[in-house]
Amino acid sequence: MINAILVFNNHGKPRLVRFYQHLAEEVQQQIIRETFHLVLKRDDHICNFLECGSLFGGSDYKLIYRHYATLYFVFCVDSSESELGILDLIQGVFICFVATLQVLERGEEVFPYSSRMMFSQVFVETLDKCFENVCELDLIFHMDKVHHILQEVVIGGMVLETNMNEIVAQVEAQSKLEKAEGGLSAAPSRAVSAVKNINLPEIPRNINIGDINIKVPNLSQFM
Amino acid sequence: MSDVVERTLSVLPGLLGQHDPGTGPGGAGGPGRVSATSRLGSLIRSITALTSKHEEEKLIQQELTSLKTTVSAPTTTLRLMKECMVRLIYCEMLGYESSFGYIHAIKLAQQGNLLEKRVGYLAVSLFLHENHELLLLLVNTVVKDLQSTNLVEVCMALTIVSQIFPREMIPAVLPLIEDKLQHSKEIIRRKAVQALYKFYLIAPNQVQHIHDKFRKALCDRDAGVMAASLHIYLQMIKENPSGYKDLTGSFVTILKQVVGGKLPIDFNYHSVPAPWLQIQLLRILGLLGKDDPRTSELMYDVLDESLRRAEINHNITYAILFECVQTIYTINPKSELLEKAAKCIGKFVLSPKINLKYLGLKALTYVIQQDPNLALQHQMTIIECLDHPDPIIKRETLELLYRITNGQNVIVIVQKMLDYLKESKEEYAIINLVGKIAELAEKYAPDNEWFIQTMNAVFSVGGDVVHPDIPNNFLRLLAEGFDDGKEDVQLQMYAVQSYLALLEEEDALYPQKFLQVMSWVLGEYSSLVTDVDPEVILTKLHSLLKKTFVTSETKVWIMAAVTKIASRTSCSKTVDKLIQEFSNSLDTCMRQYAFELKHLCEDKALMKTLLPFDASCGDMVVDASLSFLDGFVAEGLGRGAAPYKPHHQRQEEKLSQEKALNFEPYGLSFVSSVSSSGVTGRQSPTGLSFGSDTSGNSAETGHKETNTLKLEGVRKLWGKEGYLPKKENKVGKENEPQTLSCGTLLAGQVGESPALQSDQVASLSEEDKEKQQLASTLFIGLGSNAGVSLMGKVDTTIQKFKRKSKINETQSSEEVSDFQISAASDFGPLLDTAPINVEDCEGNTHTRLRKSSLCSSDIVEENLAFETPQSLKKSGLDERLSDSRLSQSSLFADSNMEIFQPSPSARCEGASKTPLVPSLPEELEDLTHSEVLELCQSDALALHLCKILESPTYQFPVIEAQCVEHCQKCVWMDKICTQGILSASVHYQSELETRLQFSITLSLLDFIRPMEMTTEDFGKLWLSLSNDVKQNIKLSSSQDSLSAAMNTLQQKLKLHIVDTIGNEGILACRLLPSVPCLLHCRTHSGMLALWFRSPCAALPDGLLYQCQKVMEES
Repeated sequence: MINAILVFNNHGKPRLVRFYQHLAEEVQQQIIRETFHLVLKRDDHICNFLECGSLFGGSDYKLIYRHYATLYFVFCVDSSESELGILDLIQGVFICFVATLQVLERGEEVFPYSSRMMFSQVFVETLDKCFENVCELDLIFHMDKVHHILQEVVIGGMVLETNMNEIVAQVEAQSKLEKAEGGLSAAPSRAVSAVKNINLPEIPRNINIGDINIKVPNLSQFM
Repeated sequence: MSDVVERTLSVLPGLLGQHDPGTGPGGAGGPGRVSATSRLGSLIRSITALTSKHEEEKLIQQELTSLKTTVSAPTTTLRLMKECMVRLIYCEMLGYESSFGYIHAIKLAQQGNLLEKRVGYLAVSLFLHENHELLLLLVNTVVKDLQSTNLVEVCMALTIVSQIFPREMIPAVLPLIEDKLQHSKEIIRRKAVQALYKFYLIAPNQVQHIHDKFRKALCDRDAGVMAASLHIYLQMIKENPSGYKDLTGSFVTILKQVVGGKLPIDFNYHSVPAPWLQIQLLRILGLLGKDDPRTSELMYDVLDESLRRAEINHNITYAILFECVQTIYTINPKSELLEKAAKCIGKFVLSPKINLKYLGLKALTYVIQQDPNLALQHQMTIIECLDHPDPIIKRETLELLYRITNGQNVIVIVQKMLDYLKESKEEYAIINLVGKIAELAEKYAPDNEWFIQTMNAVFSVGGDVVHPDIPNNFLRLLAEGFDDGKEDVQLQMYAVQSYLALLEEEDALYPQKFLQVMSWVLGEYSSLVTDVDPEVILTKLHSLLKKTFVTSETKVWIMAAVTKIASRTSCSKTVDKLIQEFSNSLDTCMRQYAFELKHLCEDKALMKTLLPFDASCGDMVVDASLSFLDGFVAEGLGRGAAPYKPHHQRQEEKLSQEKALNFEPYGLSFVSSVSSSGVTGRQSPTGLSFGSDTSGNSAETGHKETNTLKLEGVRKLWGKEGYLPKKENKVGKENEPQTLSCGTLLAGQVGESPALQSDQVASLSEEDKEKQQLASTLFIGLGSNAGVSLMGKVDTTIQKFKRKSKINETQSSEEVSDFQISAASDFGPLLDTAPINVEDCEGNTHTRLRKSSLCSSDIVEENLAFETPQSLKKSGLDERLSDSRLSQSSLFADSNMEIFQPSPSARCEGASKTPLVPSLPEELEDLTHSEVLELCQSDALALHLCKILESPTYQFPVIEAQCVEHCQKCVWMDKICTQGILSASVHYQSELETRLQFSITLSLLDFIRPMEMTTEDFGKLWLSLSNDVKQNIKLSSSQDSLSAAMNTLQQKLKLHIVDTIGNEGILACRLLPSVPCLLHCRTHSGMLALWFRSPCAALPDGLLYQCQKVMEES
């Protein structure tokens, strides 16, 4: 089970916090602080797993983290989770966030990237760079949306929907709905189609590839 | 679909009409930039600009105040409210409480349009927790949204339910969610399954009846729904693997399809089909195949396939591989697969990627007990990892070494651990590692000196964070010693000497716990060392008492030591000085001790009897029932004192007094009945006694005492298995030819591999040589069995020889088999409220093992004599309850359960192929009992089980049966659950040390007994019980009458029918040993209304479930 998902920046300022077990406010803050100190001590070339001792009361908890640009993504999990699985999940979540924020910030109508591309290593590295531009503050500006994405991936501490394409598709549909709600000459028909899309996540499973301007070399080279 | 669209359209004008002034179209960067200029945006920006925590606090407080006025203003629109909620979420994230907004979050979820509702629900899920009282207000909204025709609303409601929902309100939404399982949209079905998973977690008994629906979800045509249902299955299988064996085939088929790429392409992640789903399935298979050859058989193919398919070099494939390896090593082993898995582990360990290396070490740690050769293969890598810059890798390596420690490499490994400890600063790591060192030292210590010195290091490095068990165990070990008295004295003397040397250093600061240990040992055993004047020791202790860093707790320990030493010396100046000094100390505790010491010093004879030498491990009989006060109580009652009433009863009475009108006449008579059986009231925790309990009271107390005594005896064996080898090692010296030969044999084998390597690489650097040397010391004793060894047969030869020599030496010849029983902790607690009563078991578990018959042991002698020159004199059973483990999970205690255990010597008979048919001992034949079932069997030993459902009232004589060992265990259920598994293992040693594992599934019903009582008693008892549960169940046509239903309950659940009046009936039963549960049932129009009451909160729930089950079945 995942006990908490913490995202904070290089200075330990929380950017996204979600606990899946009830803890008092002070305990939560304490956990964020201690986690930050534990993670900060480690440089980028040692392993991404960390035992966090009695932080959560028990002895079996682990921190699995990734460092992207200025942000640390930390998942606190118990022994029943697969370390590598979570590590990739963090990447997936990160991609979803960035993709969403790009949609929201740039107002792109259709996702410019193909689903398969989205989850390649190269793409993550590219995103890593873009993310610095997107600015970590966007993560809090769109806090509610980011939480909603997370809700689709992890619910009550359980990894649920790992079909990331579907999640991104939902986000896209939702941003359409939002725009429709924004009311800027939104024709009712568009809103209807947006609502439809929300209801039918199976429709946009294969997202329009669109114009790709990132070169994708052979995957194996990058592993 | 069209109706949904229409409905949504009707909402749209509202959506479009609301424009928030704050988020007007002024934003330059398109709609996305809106937020950056909003209030949240400015708040965030101003906070980022701040430099100190204090300023931040001030700003947030301001913000919160303004938010408070905004949200409570009646004019605030929902749209603005949504904005406010997001800001509140932000403030909460920074750690500032904003409880004033909680209620508004609920309101927003209730009243808002789609987007506002979403934010409302989100805020609720972030702010509130499961037991928050406001959550009840949300239930209505959830119910409404679940019935909505707008799918988005339904989705939101299902999402919130699967995150947070009050347990007691589950019935309100359960039918709605069950309906959603048939919904045409898979997203709805999936979310419904998730919600049910949540319910299963928080209240498993409430969803018991829809297990077949879970099966349907598992077969859903959409992979997403199926994947969601796997969460439920993983959980259920974890709790009860035997109940779902029939699904193995389905899981295997699913995994086959996933691996074979039959899923839609968008489930692919890095072109691996549904990796997380695969991981989940592999876990489930591992749980199902554990210790079950037949089930494991089914999955070999698919595991092989998974290993083969996972070839692409990506993180996620490694995740699958890791899971695969773990499953392969968990299920019943197949040598082909094991070989492949071992290769895989090699890939992990040798990978340059640090994450994979970490997992490789983890995998090695997991499999090392089954296959120590793997460690040998990777020894050089392991050595490298020991010096890895990453402390996490280092720690994992030490964990691995800990698993492969034996008598020969213990010194090196413990040294490595101590080295790590000295560098480490993390408290958690220290506690963990210190515990391991102490355990290894106790298990494998080669000699006294090393043992004491290692423990000294443990105490001084571990400081005061060490687990309290460590000093306790250490002291107990010193005190209880082992069979050889001489050894004990030597160990104690060495300890005393080393502590005196340590205290010699003037300025050394020792942790409190270490000082406590020192003072205890000095107090107990300093008189053993004859060449040191007690006066010197007393002076040292005295000077310690004056140190400021010594806490008052430690001072008490020191004072106790002084008292003990003083009792053995005639008179001492230091003691007198000390008494004077502390007689007017400000510390009252110290003053008291000083006075006690003073008075004791005046009466030396008394002091000697009070503080006898080396009596610390003598048994003390404690009369827990305080029976010696019976006379006093009787006298008090005779003088008209009120009888003692337990807490809950007092409360109950208070409550009933507070009722405005009390028409019930029972209250009064109940009180009088209590006074009549006042003495027993104290004994049964429920405050109730029945029948002849009063007379049986003293007998029962005596009975309990003997149990405690027995347990004491068991504990004396010193639960840690490991201590035996330590001694054996020393014994080995006497037995030179044997041990030597085995030692050299091993050294030869281990020596081989480094030798080979050095041949290959001619020019080895010094460093490498060092490493290899280290390797040969670390991995010594591991290479004894070549080839892939199967589970459970890996005990090394050294151990074996040692054991034999030990038996030979101690002459007790009783040590042939250890019967180790441990209640497994994997009970599925059905009810959250179940009381966790840990300590109860020691007094209640009683175990009787009967010695095998003499005739059989004669045969053993002959046979074994033939095999080993140092023959075993007798075969017997040495029964060892690992009490630490048992006490942790003493969910059962005392249902009379009989385990037949033919003695290990049956193997000798096995040659003549005469299978032994177990039969019940005569005195049990007449009692109600279940069929005799075979539990498990090896070539030497067969275990049979029979549950005895009546408790016999007499003691059992020793029965002479041919080669059949009976073992009678009493098991009680302490924590109520529908089903529990009692796992245990039998260790025995004939030629090889063999371990037989078995598990017994016990259901709640096994612990339920009818309780005979009169209607009047029932009435009294009914009033006194506080926990009740009511439920209506439908009667099937076959048993529509009350009597039929009651008969079913009587037969199936062993309830006692107390009385039937019209369409009402009352039944009673008890959970062993004496927890009553009363049932009142009434029929009306085809329904049976059940009403349970019991002093135990969880019992009615459990029984209700059983009732539902039997009523459905009949």
